[in-house]
Amino acid sequence: MLFPSLIILFCIIPLLTNAQDFIKGSQVSGSFECDAQYYLKDSKMGITDSSLNGRLSRMNGFTEINYSFKNFSAGMRFEAYLPPLVGFDTHYEGYGVPYWFLNYKNDKLEITAGNFYEQFGNGMALRTWQEWTLGYDNSLRGLRVKFTPVDGITLKGIWGVQRNFWDPYSSNNRGIVKGGDIDIFLNDLFSGLKDAKTKVSFGGSFVSDYQNGKTTDILIDTMIYTLKLPENVATYSGRLNLNVGRVNFYTEYAHKINDPSALNNFIYKDGNGLFTTLSYSQKGLGIFGAAKIIDNMSYKSNRMVTDNQLDINYLPAITKQHTYALAAMYPYATQPTGEFGYSGTLTYTFKRNTKLGGKSGLTFAVNFSKVNSLSKDSIFVSSINGMALNRAGTLGYKSNFFTPGKEVYYQDLNIEVDKKFSKRWKGIFTYLSQVYNKEVVEGHATDYGLVHANIGIADITCNLTYIYSLRAEIQGLWTVQDKGNWIAGLLEFTIAPKWFFSVQDQWNYGNADTQQQLHYYLVSIGYTYNTSRISLSYGRQREGILCVGGVCRYVPAASGLTLTVNSSF
Amino acid sequence: MKKLAWLVTFMMIAGFGFSQENTLSKNRPLPSVDIKDVKGNPFNTLKIENDGKPIVISFWASWCKPCIKELTTIADVYTDWQEETGVKIYAVSIDDARSSSLVAPLVNGKNWDYIVLLDQNSDFKRAMNVGPIPHTFVLNGKREIVWQHTSFAEGSERDLINIIKKIKNGEEIK
Repeated sequence: MLFPSLIILFCIIPLLTNAQDFIKGSQVSGSFECDAQYYLKDSKMGITDSSLNGRLSRMNGFTEINYSFKNFSAGMRFEAYLPPLVGFDTHYEGYGVPYWFLNYKNDKLEITAGNFYEQFGNGMALRTWQEWTLGYDNSLRGLRVKFTPVDGITLKGIWGVQRNFWDPYSSNNRGIVKGGDIDIFLNDLFSGLKDAKTKVSFGGSFVSDYQNGKTTDILIDTMIYTLKLPENVATYSGRLNLNVGRVNFYTEYAHKINDPSALNNFIYKDGNGLFTTLSYSQKGLGIFGAAKIIDNMSYKSNRMVTDNQLDINYLPAITKQHTYALAAMYPYATQPTGEFGYSGTLTYTFKRNTKLGGKSGLTFAVNFSKVNSLSKDSIFVSSINGMALNRAGTLGYKSNFFTPGKEVYYQDLNIEVDKKFSKRWKGIFTYLSQVYNKEVVEGHATDYGLVHANIGIADITCNLTYIYSLRAEIQGLWTVQDKGNWIAGLLEFTIAPKWFFSVQDQWNYGNADTQQQLHYYLVSIGYTYNTSRISLSYGRQREGILCVGGVCRYVPAASGLTLTVNSSF
Repeated sequence: MKKLAWLVTFMMIAGFGFSQENTLSKNRPLPSVDIKDVKGNPFNTLKIENDGKPIVISFWASWCKPCIKELTTIADVYTDWQEETGVKIYAVSIDDARSSSLVAPLVNGKNWDYIVLLDQNSDFKRAMNVGPIPHTFVLNGKREIVWQHTSFAEGSERDLINIIKKIKNGEEIK
């Protein structure tokens, strides 16, 4: 049913309308990406013929096309994973059109049929989104209506099922998600407040997920128990944004009713989440603080799923997202079963022609974040006539919502100085001190407890001429735990605006296992023409975790040739 | 079913190619997308304007190093650019809930003078077909997209200002 209607939509209509020549003003745009890798054996990295399994060349690619005409728009995305790159979920293997939509929009009303990405508030109750580099897509397919009855009030309603790789929907493999959201902006609603210094917006959401199946059998201790399941799981949330001149305050609270799942060990406790930020800023100074408490807030449209898929809500980490290779060695991801975190950032620019600012100014930023477990108390369980923590089939635990637990999950102090020395030279210097609980974040046992790492990075750019520039990065990571010390270097030469060439190496010189003191070298070349870019690289990829937003993907060690082509039009 | 999908894709491209040739205007107007201003209040992208003068829209994020480099480089010369061409720069952050409330203090802390917008769920990014960032658009006085570029290399800001100057002088952009 779907494809014939798509044919009509995308082929027949444009041709017909073209013939009648009444679509002056219609627009077509799109984008394209292809990531292909050719893998090589690398005995030192443990990559052998058998681990490659004969599948040496792999490709992820997509094409997205959007069409719009007056108030109407439509689009689709074709994806192919033949087979998916190493590190991406193998369920992606195949090709098809996982995303298409029809949309009508005027000043007051917007209707979408097909797939859509939606976010209520900050997403603690609902967020569907896509991130190509992670292989993450939890889009909803169904209907969405957005209505603005008067300026300042926006109502949204959604009803659909989520994407799960290529699996067609059936009532046994995922739930049906419905929800509504209201957003009120007081300064637009009351004309008298239009120019008020204080800006107030607030809103609320309700989301419900219906999953088929009234019971499930699970093994607790040595007995099989039959658990009664709630077929409807509801989450509601409220939020407030208050802006008074230089000060901004945001808070969002979400509550989820009982939702026993594989991720929370089938406990029946309600979930809670609180996210609050406060910031002050003026020209040259920014101060930011945030706190986040998560208590049993995993929310998926299939309760048996434990991987990064079918998430209904979004629980991003509160910690800073690092992009330098060694700074991103130990990234943090939210623990949905419970955590207590806070973070603060100060950014300050010393003006030009001051002592520290020099001729061109100097920007200084310091960020600190810490995440602990959430304090949880055991509860009395009658079936064993004793106290238990997080036992399946019970209420799980009693949470002390505003109390951090004793266990440290993550801590990060980082200081960054951004300085332009002259027209020719500039540099960014970073120091980081991190504490990382690998057992909790990555979920495998270690024999050394927490990882304590110190990291130093110098990133220096020299503009040789107006179009030639040379950039060098030197990074060091020092730790006595995990894989020990690392040093990394990068040299990049660019010819603006089209060419770049780079060579880099990460060397694990401090690995306790001398056989594993490997060099991860990489040579790259890239060419950009307006919105098209092609790059080719050869070398080794270190095992690691790639995180974007709140989701992380494990990247296995690999060796070989990578080709990336992307374009938009 | 799968063959059909290929067919659809092929026909779609063919169909569009056909219609594009005949009826599409070369320059694309902005799509209407509801995002937020830097203070977290509603903002519709059709409100992006500059009294008939050139506009730059730059997609960036707080975690994107080349984006920060590009915007820092331009910040140094932005006053000159404005005096010369009247250009207005909109810096659209695609930071999501993780870091979007960090954007305002970051922008102020870095002393940038751009108009900053928050595209928390990448709705505007998707409507503009933006892939990897930084991705920069230049719009003419009629708010039509006439030039775009992805990635940043030191020195490419000079190409950008040359394009802006051409638009200000009413020259055709290839």
